[in-house]
Amino acid sequence: MNTEVIKVSNLTRRFNGFTAVDSISFTVNKGEVFGFLGPNGAGKTTTINILCTLLKPTSGTAFVSCCDVEKEPNRVRKEIGIIFQDPSLDDRLTAEDNLRFHGYLYHMNHKDIDKRIPEVLNLVELYNRRKDFVRKFSGGMKRRLEIARGLLHHPRLLFLDEPTLGLDPQTRAHIWDYVLKMRSETGLSIFMTTHYLQEAEVCDRIAIIDQGKIVDLDSPANLKSKYNETSLEGVFLKLTGREIRSQAGESAWTQWMRRT
Amino acid sequence: MGDFWAIYILWLRDIKRYWYDKARIFASLGQPILFLFVLGTALSPSFRGPAGMTFSEFIFPGIVSMTVLFTSIFSAISIVWDREFGFLKEVLVAPVSRWSIVTGKALGGSTVALFQGTLMLMLAPLVGVKLAFFPVIESLVVMFIIALAMNSLGIVIAARMKEMEGFQMVVNFLIMPLFFLSGALFPMERLPAWLAVLNRLDPLTYGVDLLRGVLLGIHSLPMIFSLTVMVAFMFVMFAIAVYEFNLAE
Repeated sequence: MNTEVIKVSNLTRRFNGFTAVDSISFTVNKGEVFGFLGPNGAGKTTTINILCTLLKPTSGTAFVSCCDVEKEPNRVRKEIGIIFQDPSLDDRLTAEDNLRFHGYLYHMNHKDIDKRIPEVLNLVELYNRRKDFVRKFSGGMKRRLEIARGLLHHPRLLFLDEPTLGLDPQTRAHIWDYVLKMRSETGLSIFMTTHYLQEAEVCDRIAIIDQGKIVDLDSPANLKSKYNETSLEGVFLKLTGREIRSQAGESAWTQWMRRT
Repeated sequence: MGDFWAIYILWLRDIKRYWYDKARIFASLGQPILFLFVLGTALSPSFRGPAGMTFSEFIFPGIVSMTVLFTSIFSAISIVWDREFGFLKEVLVAPVSRWSIVTGKALGGSTVALFQGTLMLMLAPLVGVKLAFFPVIESLVVMFIIALAMNSLGIVIAARMKEMEGFQMVVNFLIMPLFFLSGALFPMERLPAWLAVLNRLDPLTYGVDLLRGVLLGIHSLPMIFSLTVMVAFMFVMFAIAVYEFNLAE
């Protein structure tokens, strides 16, 4: 049973009558890169927020590293690193200040912090910018610093919520290089969400999520052969895209019809 | 132990941010300096206070309290700021208890306010207030109590606010009555009944009277009574701040 780092059963989250996550179940294995793929508003961030103890589930259970996220949030928090969709750095402090702050919050040994800061900064190639204020950094540099920070306390599981959103293709490729390098070096498990289909190809397994439900879950290769498509794009369209597109198309069409 | 380091690093963060922003240190002294020198000098001829005391001297402890009050309440805006810019999330997913987050923030904001108050205190010789070792130590203690109480009040407001504008509006609505009713600018004797009642309801009154007692040797209320009220207010505000912060997130 110790091969599972995440185990989710019938997880549901409602917000004032709106069901963002609708009774989903899945497991993520140790060392695996597991992707959540879905359109905006499908429930990806809600799921991440529950798994990293920021939100409480309405019903169902979620275990991260064998701890219940609802009952033992602090034990879960120690085991995980998170790179949020929106920036969460203190831009009035230097890059190094931000990392040191994180190390203290995660109860790291002070010697370990001093040793670890250059390591993670070198990994994301920001070591020579360590004394600079974060507000002088570009979007890509901030993202890299957040990855360095997420890895600082040796997490066993890394959450990446749309880690490359709003970045240029070159920076996006770079970020995946860092993350995958990290994984091959430490055997870290990764849970990521994205709506860039090419990025989902790096995953070992993908859950396709739409309107709060998992519509399919398999490896990228299996998904492609199952739906007889050459790209994940095609799989995605077959599974969810048609419906989303027809709904959006319909309402725009009916609105246009009413006006004319 | 982990909570201790969390409190320390949250405190240190506020100190660093304060230290990096030197312009703010001096800019926020502008208003109290205006009060002290312009109002103090202009009203001195018509002031009939304790024998031989100028108006500037008389209001000096009040102006120091004002500096501490403004800095400490407004320091709590960093919680709203952190929420808006996402940094609060980083703190909330860390394996630290909620109460230690509030404690670290409150100690940080109070220390910054204490620094600002101390800068004002150093102007004492310019208005003819003599500083001696023990009164200075006592003043630091009183300033810190005021700072922690008012910063906690700020956190109570900030815990519920999603936007900076909302926080500023509520604080502006509170901060002026707190300051004006406190007796920072007038003697508490010979007040009409309505004003005397409002004055006694203002928690800052007790801080100002205490500081006046320590620095000038004059006070309108028994000092042990003022100290008790101020410390009690501080603990109550801090407890509410911890409670509200737990509830809000």
